Amino acid sequence: MVAEVVIKTVSLKCSFAETTAIKNLNMEVYSNEILGIIGPANSGKTTFLRALNRLNYLNVSYSQTGEIIFEGRDIKQINDSTLRKKIGIIFALPQVLPISIFDNIAYGPKVHGITKKSVVKGIVENALQKAYLWDEVKDRLSTSATRLSGGQQQRLCIARTLAVEPDVILYDEPCSGLDPISTAKVEDAMRELKKNYTQILVTNNTKQAARVTERCGFFLMGELVEIDETKKLFTNPEDKRTDDYITGRFG
Amino acid sequence: MLAKGEKMNTARIREKVAFTVLGLITLLVVLPIVLTIVYMIKNGAGAVTWEFLTQSPRNGMKEGGIFPAIVGTIILIIGTMLFSLPLGILSAIYLVEYAKDNLFTRLIKLSVVNLSGIPSIVYGLFGFTLFVMVLKFGTSILAGSLTLAIMSLPVVITATKEALESVPASFREISLSLGATKWQTIRYCVLPYSIPGILTGTVLSLSRAAGETAPILFTVAAFYLPRLPRSVFDQVMALPYHLYVISTQVPNMPAKLSFATGLVLIGLVFLMNLVSIILRAHYRKKRQW
Repeated sequence: MVAEVVIKTVSLKCSFAETTAIKNLNMEVYSNEILGIIGPANSGKTTFLRALNRLNYLNVSYSQTGEIIFEGRDIKQINDSTLRKKIGIIFALPQVLPISIFDNIAYGPKVHGITKKSVVKGIVENALQKAYLWDEVKDRLSTSATRLSGGQQQRLCIARTLAVEPDVILYDEPCSGLDPISTAKVEDAMRELKKNYTQILVTNNTKQAARVTERCGFFLMGELVEIDETKKLFTNPEDKRTDDYITGRFG
Repeated sequence: MLAKGEKMNTARIREKVAFTVLGLITLLVVLPIVLTIVYMIKNGAGAVTWEFLTQSPRNGMKEGGIFPAIVGTIILIIGTMLFSLPLGILSAIYLVEYAKDNLFTRLIKLSVVNLSGIPSIVYGLFGFTLFVMVLKFGTSILAGSLTLAIMSLPVVITATKEALESVPASFREISLSLGATKWQTIRYCVLPYSIPGILTGTVLSLSRAAGETAPILFTVAAFYLPRLPRSVFDQVMALPYHLYVISTQVPNMPAKLSFATGLVLIGLVFLMNLVSIILRAHYRKKRQW
């Protein structure tokens, strides 16, 4: 099977002021895969994710060299708004806006110019169904999203991202604040979304990476130590540092 | 065990003493305000009649009402609002959301804070020079409103700035991450959440503008003008100046009329604050976080 490359980084180097977060990253992300990124804190995982949709630039001290190629184009040539519509992100803590469930999801379509009520309604329902949340909230779409449980909020965030029809979804430790049952539901949603989306999952939880990802990369101190099929990475890693991390000898 | 119990008791006694002292100090601060209002009501409430509110002053201002001054003050509040709200809110948005954090921006922010400490008579002289003399607006509603607006700008800007900054950064990130532009983010994800704070600040500054005498002294206020203004280039009477005039310039003025005028001014300010409280509650209910 020849997989199509969706994202490719070439000599990517990311820094915040004087601190280098990612040293020299060359890697590829294939379409419709769930790529896991594991590694200890401060290894550059989140920086990598936020580099892909240029959210890092919200920090004024951020600078970057090298290239990120998305669907064949250098992302420097794509404007922020278009890029972020195509590459959605789910943050570590469920971040809902203190407005209704419906309005949370309708926000994305609204800023992209979709205002017709019947269309927005369809988008909201469709997104909630894809995120496995529809059945739980369909009767209370107008209540505040802040009333939902943590797991529901995180799935709402996924639905909100889906509503702008991205190609790629980034997850930044999406289950770090969730209980095991909510985590399972989020993971179910991810597996289901595989059909239509490319997904990158940054996680602190190596078990989660083993459960849901097909390929997995190990980051350490701003370097990609190893990237391989998840099965191989977890059973027979090539680098000793990977082995040490996975078996819990450090980190 | 006994020793421990005793220790707990001293801690509790200390706490009680601290609370009592704090409570007394608070009372000390509130008392003068309450006494002033009670004193004014006692001496002036009897004079606040329908006739007093709706008629022009007569007989050297010793009789009749203060209708033109009430209208004048309301016009000045609206005029001030018209200039200071858009200018103040927009420049605060620029300072918080767009301006780069450099020496120049910091200098501007510092100046804005310091401007709110300038005595109002200085604003009055500035307004007189610029609007009345140089721009030739004459002593007029336009000149007075502009002067009051400039005086209230620092407070409007500071309040708006703080309201914008208090909106969690995550709201902006959510919006931007969904592909919204910066302006869309500000418009839909920041401003709606800062409205309560902006309201509080602007109403506070407008209340102050409503009660100021010095800035309108040379720019708009009329000593005695029993008719209503016809254009923005007319003068008007205003409550604070009228109060000053009848309290100091008119001999044998019945004191109750001064107190009544003061009461009406306080009532007007109270009314504005009431509206802002209601609006604020309305917005908070819609968007809680």
